[in-house]
Amino acid sequence: MQSSKLLRRSKARNFGMNFSSESAEMEQKSWPFEISASSCSADNSSIHLNANELFAQMRSKSINFNFEAQGSQPGTCPINQIVKDPNVNLDVKSMLNNLSFLEQKIHNIQGIIHSIASQKSITSSLPNEFAVRQQLVTSDLASIIVDLISTAGSLLPTIKNNLLSSNPPPNQFCSSLDSLTNMEADAPLPKHELMKTQDDRSEMNENVHIEDHDMKESEDLAEVDNLLSGSYEVLQLEKEEILAPHTHFCRICGKGFKRDANLRMHMRGHGDEYKTPAALAKPSNSSEPPLIKRYSCPFVGCKRNKEHKGFQPLKTLLCVKNHYKRSHCDKSYICSKCHLKKFSVLADLKTHEKHCGRDKWLCSCGTTFSRKDKLFGHVALFQGHSPALPTDEGYALGSSGHVNDNDVGVRIDGNGYDSSTNSSNDDKDTKLFDDDHGYLSTLSFEPYDYEISDEFMKTTFDLTEYSSIMYPSGLPDLGLKKGDTSGSICML
Amino acid sequence: MGKSITLHNRTRISEALETQVPGVVFTKPSGDPCPLKKHRFSEDPKPNLFDALSEELLFLILDHLDSDDLDKKSFSLVCRSFYAAESRHRRTLRPLRLDLMPAVLSRYLSISHLDLSYCPRISDGVLASIATAVGPSLLSIDLSRSRSFSHFGLGSLAASCMSLVEINLSNMNDLSDASAAAIGRARNLEKLWLTNCKLLTDMGIGCIAVGCRKLKLLCLKFCLGLTDLGIGLVAVKCREIRNLDLSHTTVTKKCLPAIIQLPYLEKLTLVNCHYLDEEGLVNFKLGSKSLEVLDINCPYVSDDALSSIVKGAVNLRQLILAHCGLVTYCLANSLQRLAKLETIKLECCHLTTPGLLALGSSCNSLKELGLRKCSGVTDEGLSFVVSKNKGLTKLDITRCRTITDISIASITSSCTSLMSLRMESCVLVSKQAFRMIGEHCPLLEELDLTDNHLDDQGLKSISNCRKLLILKIGLCMNVNDEGIIQIGRGCPMLQELDLYRSIGLTDTGIIAIGQGCPMLQTINLAYCTEITDNALRSLSKCSKLNTLELRGCFRVSNYGLVAIALGCKEIVKLDIKKCYDITDVGIVPLAHLCSRLRQINLSYSSVSDFGLLALASISCLRSMTIFFLSGLTPNGLATALLTFGGSKKVKLHISFKSLLSQKLITHLEERGCIFQWRDKRFQAEVDDNEVWKQRSQDLMTFV
Repeated sequence: MQSSKLLRRSKARNFGMNFSSESAEMEQKSWPFEISASSCSADNSSIHLNANELFAQMRSKSINFNFEAQGSQPGTCPINQIVKDPNVNLDVKSMLNNLSFLEQKIHNIQGIIHSIASQKSITSSLPNEFAVRQQLVTSDLASIIVDLISTAGSLLPTIKNNLLSSNPPPNQFCSSLDSLTNMEADAPLPKHELMKTQDDRSEMNENVHIEDHDMKESEDLAEVDNLLSGSYEVLQLEKEEILAPHTHFCRICGKGFKRDANLRMHMRGHGDEYKTPAALAKPSNSSEPPLIKRYSCPFVGCKRNKEHKGFQPLKTLLCVKNHYKRSHCDKSYICSKCHLKKFSVLADLKTHEKHCGRDKWLCSCGTTFSRKDKLFGHVALFQGHSPALPTDEGYALGSSGHVNDNDVGVRIDGNGYDSSTNSSNDDKDTKLFDDDHGYLSTLSFEPYDYEISDEFMKTTFDLTEYSSIMYPSGLPDLGLKKGDTSGSICML
Repeated sequence: MGKSITLHNRTRISEALETQVPGVVFTKPSGDPCPLKKHRFSEDPKPNLFDALSEELLFLILDHLDSDDLDKKSFSLVCRSFYAAESRHRRTLRPLRLDLMPAVLSRYLSISHLDLSYCPRISDGVLASIATAVGPSLLSIDLSRSRSFSHFGLGSLAASCMSLVEINLSNMNDLSDASAAAIGRARNLEKLWLTNCKLLTDMGIGCIAVGCRKLKLLCLKFCLGLTDLGIGLVAVKCREIRNLDLSHTTVTKKCLPAIIQLPYLEKLTLVNCHYLDEEGLVNFKLGSKSLEVLDINCPYVSDDALSSIVKGAVNLRQLILAHCGLVTYCLANSLQRLAKLETIKLECCHLTTPGLLALGSSCNSLKELGLRKCSGVTDEGLSFVVSKNKGLTKLDITRCRTITDISIASITSSCTSLMSLRMESCVLVSKQAFRMIGEHCPLLEELDLTDNHLDDQGLKSISNCRKLLILKIGLCMNVNDEGIIQIGRGCPMLQELDLYRSIGLTDTGIIAIGQGCPMLQTINLAYCTEITDNALRSLSKCSKLNTLELRGCFRVSNYGLVAIALGCKEIVKLDIKKCYDITDVGIVPLAHLCSRLRQINLSYSSVSDFGLLALASISCLRSMTIFFLSGLTPNGLATALLTFGGSKKVKLHISFKSLLSQKLITHLEERGCIFQWRDKRFQAEVDDNEVWKQRSQDLMTFV
C-alpha cells in the first residue's frame, strides 16, 4: 500500500513535471524515479483514476488543457507549433506568469517528496508524519492541476478556431494525440466525456470491429448486455463531430485524415523526425489495460441515447457514425440503377448497387431478394406468395389479382415510407428470412381454407412486416402510384 | 338389348364392307356417309323404331362398347338418335388429326379425358378453343407428345378448365417457367407429369407448388433445371403428395427431409439421383409412416443407409434397389423389421450367399422377388430364399448366370403358385430343368425363357400351363416344330409369343399356333427363316393380332401379307425388314385394310413410291423406317412425306437428306415430324443364325 501511494505521488510529480519541463535543470536532476519506474506502467490505471476524478467536472475543456500542457514545452513537443502559430492571438504574458507560478509550486512539492524519499529509508516507522506529508502533496498537486486547467481554458477559443474548425470527434482526436504524447511522456490524458469509471478494466478487452450495419450493432448489444450497466464508460459525441469527414489532423498543416496511418504517412513530409521507425510505428496502447468504452447517440429520444429508458449503447465509433447517419440523417445516396433505394451510408449504397438489377428474385407480393434461397424461404413461409417471373408478360397478364393486392400494400407503405426511423430495409428483409430451416420448415399457421385467409394474410403481412416494398421492374407504374398515394396521404 | 347388339353387329359388317374413310377413329359430324343423310332427306313416313329406345338404354349399350373405337363408330352410324347418344356418351377422346378439331369439339361437349398424344403440333389457339368448348367438363389432358404451344395456351386451359385434375406435359423440352406459372393457376390439379422438361427451373416449379396445392402425383423425371430449392418448396407446399418421382434430378440430401416427412407419401422414386449420397439416405430415419413403395438407385447404399430406411419407412411394401453394390448379411438382415414387405427388386447388385440366406430368413411373406442381372446368386442362397417364401408369385432371375438345375428344382417345388417367371440367359440350367417348370407351376401366366437350353420336351411340359399368356422362347436353338405344336395345343389363352431366331421352326409349328391360340396379339418371328406365306395365312385367323415381326423372313411374299391384312385389321406394329419379296402389291391392301397401323419398318423390301404413298395416307401411322428401298425415288419419298400427315418419326438413310429439298424438311419438321438420319451399311444377306449366335457370344465375353 505504501509503495503504491508513493508511486502515485511520484507519478503525479512526473505528471506535473511535464508542465514545467521548460526548466532544464529539473530534468537534469536525478529524481528517484527508479523506485517506481518498473511498476509505473503496471499501475497506470491508478493515475488514470486520479486524473479522471480531478477532471470530471471539466469535460469539454480537458482537451485544451492537454494542449496547453503540451504547448508549454518549447521544442520538446511538436504541438507547441500550433500554439505558436502567428494566427493565434494568445495572451503570452499572463500565460508565462501562470506558468512560473506553477513552477514554484511544483518546486515546493518536489522538495517535500524529496524529503520523504530521503526519510523513508531511515524512518519508515513514522506513518503519521508520512500521511500528513502525503496529504500535503496531494492537495498541492490538486491546486496545481486546477491552475493548469484554468490557464489552458484561456487557450480554448484559439484552438477551436485553429484546429477544431472541421469538428473532428474529440475522442479520436484525443486518442491520436494520446498516442503521440505517450511516446514522449508517460502521462495519461483525460478522456473526453467521462461519465462513469471503473476499476476492474483489465477483465475485458475492447474489441474494435469495423461495424458496417445496424444489424451488427444489435449483435454488439447482446455483448454489452453482459456488461453491468455502469461497468463501462459512456461517451457521447456531438452531431458535428460524428458527421466530420476526418478524424485525424496534421498538427503542422491541419490537413485531415480518416486513418491515423495515413496521417503518419503524411507526417513524413514534414521532416526527418517523423521518419523514424518509432514515429511511424503504430501507437500501441498495450501497456495500458484498455478502458471499456461505449457510445451514446446525441439524438434525444433515440434508443441509443443515454437518456432513453432502454438505453442500448453503441459499441464503436464507427457504429456511432453509421447509426447516426442511417437513423437520423437524410438518405442522400440514391441507387443509380433502380432510383428507388436510398441510403445515408455510402457503403450501404455500394452494397446495394452490387446486387441491384442483377439476380432479382421476385415474389408475387413485390418483395425482391438478392438470393434465390431467400426468396424460396420467403415463399415457403408465407401463404399465397409465389415466385414471380419478373419480365414475363404472361405472368402479369394472369396475375392481375396480385397487382391489385399490391396496391393495398403500396398505399400503406407510402404512408410510412418517409419515417426517418426506417433503418436499412435490406437488412430487415434478409434478417427476417435468414433462417436455415426456414425454407423447409412447414408452417403451423397454414389455414385450412386458404383462399379466404390468403388475402387476409397478404394484406396484414403487407401492413405489418413490409414497411418498404421493392417494386418489380416489370411494373413501373407501381412506382409512380406509390409516390402519388403517399403524396395524397400527406395532404390529407 | 340383345337385339340392338345384333343390329349393331350388322351395321358393323356393312361398315366393314364400305371403304373406310381414314381420318379419325370417331365419326366426323360432317362429311358422313349415307345413313344420316338418308334420314334427313327421305320422306319416310314410318317413324324410326330406334328412336323409341331411351337414352339410358343406349348408354348402357355404349358402356359395353367402351373398349373398341370402331364399334362405337359403327354404333353412331345406325341412326340419328344413336349418333346423338354416342356424342353425349363419349368421355374420352383421342383425336388423330387436328384439322377436324373444331367439328369434333362442337360434337362432343362432355369430354372429360382428352388425349392429344397423336397430335404432334398443337398451337395455343387449339388449346384455347378446347378450353372454351369442353372446359368445364375436362378432367384430364395429355400433351405428352405435343409441342409448339406456349404459356398462353396453358393459361387459357388453366383458366377455363376449373375441374382439370390431370395434365401430362412430358417431353416438352421447351416448357418455360412462364408455362409452369400458367399451370400453377390450375388450382385443382392432382396429377402432373413433367418428365423431360429440362428448361423448367425452380421458379416455375415454385409457381406450381404454390398454385396446385392439391397435387397428389408429381413426376419430375429428368427435370435437370431443378434444384433443392424448388423441390423443397414442393414438399413444403403440396402436402397431399402421394406419388413423387424425382428420378434423374439433382436432388440432394438437403431437401430430402422435407420430402420424407410428407404425410401421405406412398411412392417415392429416386432412380439415378447422383447427388444423393449415403448421408441423404440416412434422412429416411426421420420416418415416413405412409411410404409404401421406394424405388431407389444408389450405388453407395450401405448398412447404415438401409437400416435408416428400414427404421423410418415401416410400412414399406415394395423396395426396389438398383445398382446397390454389395448386398451383405447385415443389409439383408435389417429388412427383417419390414413386416409388410411384399416386393424386393435388386437390380444389378452383387449378392453374397450369406446375404441371400439372411434375406430369406428375414423376409417370409414376399410375393415378388427380382434378382435381375445380379451377380453372386448361388443355388444355395436362392434355394433358401424361395423355400422361405412359398407364396412367391413373381420371380425374376434374368441373367443370374451362376444358378443351375438345383435352383430351378427348389423354385418349382416351393413356389407352386408362381405366375411369372423370367429367367432369360440362365446358361447353366440344363434342358431337363424346364420339364419341372411345366409340371409344378400350372398357374404360370408369363414365362421368359429366352436364350436357354430349352428343347421340345421342355416345351411339351410347359404346355401344361393352360393359363399361359406370355411365352418368350427366342434364341432357344433347340426348339423345333414339335414343341411349338404342343404349345399351340396346350395354351389357348396365349397372347404373346416370342420366337426370335428359332431356326428349327417351320410353317407346321406356326399353323398349330394359328389354330390353337386365337387370342394371340403379339408374335415375333424375326429371323425364323423357314417361315413362308402358309404360316401367315394361318396366323391371319388370330383377329386380335396387333404386332407382327417378320424381320428377315425372306420367304414371305405378298400373298402372306395380304392374308394378314385381310384377317388382322388390328395390326398396329409391323416389321417386314428384309422381306425382299414384298412389293406394292402386298402393301397397298395392307394400307387400305389396316387403318390402325402405327409403326412400320420397310427396309430392304421391294416397296416403291406407290406403296409408300398408300402407307403414308394411313392416318394412324406415326413412325416409318425406310432404309434401302430400291424402288424409292426422292420425288416419291417427298410426296409420301407430304401426305404423311400424322408423321411423328421417320428414319431415313442419310443419303436422302441431300436429295430432299431443305424446305420440305423444314416444313415437315414444323409439322411435328422428327427425322432420324442414319448412315447404315447395306447388308443384303440375312445373317446366318449360327454366325449371329457366335458373334453375340463373342460380344458378351468381351463385355
